[in-house]
Amino acid sequence: MKRPFPLLFSILIIASLLLAACAPQATPTPEQPVVTQAPAQPAVTEQPPPTEQPAPTEPPPTEKPAAKEVVALIGFTASQTGNLNVESTRQINGLNLWMKTVNDAGGVKLSDGSVVKFEAKFYDDESNKDRVQELYTRLATEDNATFLISPYSSGLADAAAVIAEQYGKIMITTGAASDSTYKKGYTLVFQSYTPASKYLTGAADLLAATDPSVKKIAIAHENDKFSTDVCTALKDYAEAKGYEVVLFEGYDTGTTDFAPLINKIQGLAPDAIMGGGHFQDGSTLAKQIFEKKVPAKFISLLVAPPEPSFAEIGDAALSIIGPSQWEPLAKFSAESAQAAGVDWFGPSSQEFTDAYMAAYTEEPSYHAAGGYIAGLLLQKAIEQAGSLDIEAVKSALDSLDLLTFFGAIKFDTSAEAHGLQLGHSMVYIQWQGESGSLKKQVVWPKEGSSAELLDPRK
Amino acid sequence: MEILAFVVDGLLLGFVYGIAAMGLTLIWGVMNVINLSHGPIIALGSFGVYLLFTSIGMNPYLALVLVAIAGLLVGMLVYAIAIHRVINAPHLSTLLATFSINMIIIGLGTALFTTTPRTVNYSLGSLTAGPVTVLGTRLVAALAATLVTGLLYLFLYRTTLGKYVRAVANNRSAAELMGIPSSRILAFSFGLGTMLAAIAGGLIATFFPFTILSGGVYELKSFVICVLGGLGNPLGALAGGLVLGAIEGIIPKFLPTTWVPVLEFLLFIIILLVRPSGLFGAKK
Repeated sequence: MKRPFPLLFSILIIASLLLAACAPQATPTPEQPVVTQAPAQPAVTEQPPPTEQPAPTEPPPTEKPAAKEVVALIGFTASQTGNLNVESTRQINGLNLWMKTVNDAGGVKLSDGSVVKFEAKFYDDESNKDRVQELYTRLATEDNATFLISPYSSGLADAAAVIAEQYGKIMITTGAASDSTYKKGYTLVFQSYTPASKYLTGAADLLAATDPSVKKIAIAHENDKFSTDVCTALKDYAEAKGYEVVLFEGYDTGTTDFAPLINKIQGLAPDAIMGGGHFQDGSTLAKQIFEKKVPAKFISLLVAPPEPSFAEIGDAALSIIGPSQWEPLAKFSAESAQAAGVDWFGPSSQEFTDAYMAAYTEEPSYHAAGGYIAGLLLQKAIEQAGSLDIEAVKSALDSLDLLTFFGAIKFDTSAEAHGLQLGHSMVYIQWQGESGSLKKQVVWPKEGSSAELLDPRK
Repeated sequence: MEILAFVVDGLLLGFVYGIAAMGLTLIWGVMNVINLSHGPIIALGSFGVYLLFTSIGMNPYLALVLVAIAGLLVGMLVYAIAIHRVINAPHLSTLLATFSINMIIIGLGTALFTTTPRTVNYSLGSLTAGPVTVLGTRLVAALAATLVTGLLYLFLYRTTLGKYVRAVANNRSAAELMGIPSSRILAFSFGLGTMLAAIAGGLIATFFPFTILSGGVYELKSFVICVLGGLGNPLGALAGGLVLGAIEGIIPKFLPTTWVPVLEFLLFIIILLVRPSGLFGAKK
């Protein structure tokens, strides 16, 4: 042989590769959850073989082998800084409360006898879409999160959803109502909120039911994805109901001076003003409408009014209406689930409210309830699937049809809008009462209302 | 008549823009430094009023006096630490020095206060006359801005120290030959500029929510106003502020509000191309 060394070298390389391929895998695959050993518990059914000379450190022969505890890593981002901080903080509070509740209760049992405990992994997204994509990629790849929960807001959730789908992770979206996210062919993204197309349409129904004399509506909304989707749907709905939309205009995110827009609204003399965007611009808009003494009969704004801290704008909050995904006054119960012929799952509204107040010493807003429900849906799906397998949990989510303290939950399973929320519906609150002691009241739907609608001019 | 409401609101805000821009243009006029830390200083002014109002319940306008003094001192300190050593270096050095200050304030501010919007919940009611409803806080802000402008002019033209500032602005070498301590005057002038920025921030806090990042918007507007009114011309800055405020107020009457920044910066480019010395002339 003229070249014995290259040939020998090649054989060695091939042999090494074959041996490496046949070797058992030392590390878990990206799809596998992190598995840890739970503390030993007394055995009833299993008998370990007796040994003649048991080591002093070994457990006594009567103890059963330790039950397997599986840790499911829940990955998400929180807007700890930036303009979405208020809503996001509440959402994360709700999610953390769910995690603590389910872990304290012993976790979720799987069909193989192991128990799932949940652990959070999160980063600050700075309310920034670019950061969201970067961080969700990290959560899906480097941190290997088992499941994902969306960040707050439709824009950020939309940015995160594409990453979840790309890396094959199930994501429950919450604090995100935009419809369009679910019409992109995703199969692993599930919405817990009422979609934007139905978010503010109830305000038009409420207006029609309480004051048929109203004809002119002005819609001023934040120029972001969620608010534009909601208000476009509202405009179409209101026009179909015979209202004249005298103004339909967006304002930039972060706007603080609404005076020119309010002057424009005043010039058009609408009976009702609707729109808004998120907490900061919504509360500033409500405050400046009040200061400018705009004589509208009906003002309904997105997101901000249901927040308890909306009352901090004082008398400007009086009579402002807002759609809410959930209110503590909402009367969903196991009995109503039975009457509707669907399953009931999770705590009652009262139990959730009490637990939240004990944990955070403040009344929960719907953002907080949204955070909790995202975790609760995941819990129900894992219980139903009996495993953490992505396909099994996805099938369980697809088949969910249940009632919770948050309301009804059912997902669209069609190819056109997979994951879109179909079961849930909004309630409308209005700030009522005396100056300095304003309280939220549910004014719509009629069957769930706790007070009559207040006319701000009276 | 309806347009009057748009014009009045715009003009009232224009006074505050004018004060903010006056700080920027004064620093440029005296020491040829473009102060990129102007925005964060405006935000610090807002936080000063906010903290005094929320922690000890001090009246925001009284708090404004303390904020102004603090602004002057902070400005002099910033000059001594970051600007003095590079004052005679090319413009890029001073730009980078003030940009560093900008980043330090934003970083510290974000760590201390986060970027959650803050509001000074203070109301002076409102006045209504026909189609115009004017908020008390905006009216007082405009009056305060006018008062500050008047006092600044009295200071610059009627006091010895003011004359020193003008002398250094006109010809630093000649001023030094006449025995004027130019370094101290430059530090004082920088302090004066930051004081005006802090006052503008304090006034803004009485009617708009703000974060540590909010100053950036007013800094950009200040650049437009400085170009509009003439770089280095304080009175031109006030006039430029009023013009910009009026434009911001009137545009939404005819176009969606989202067009406002587009047209503002279009104006910025047109002025730079057609009349680079500004509508009211640059410093002489």
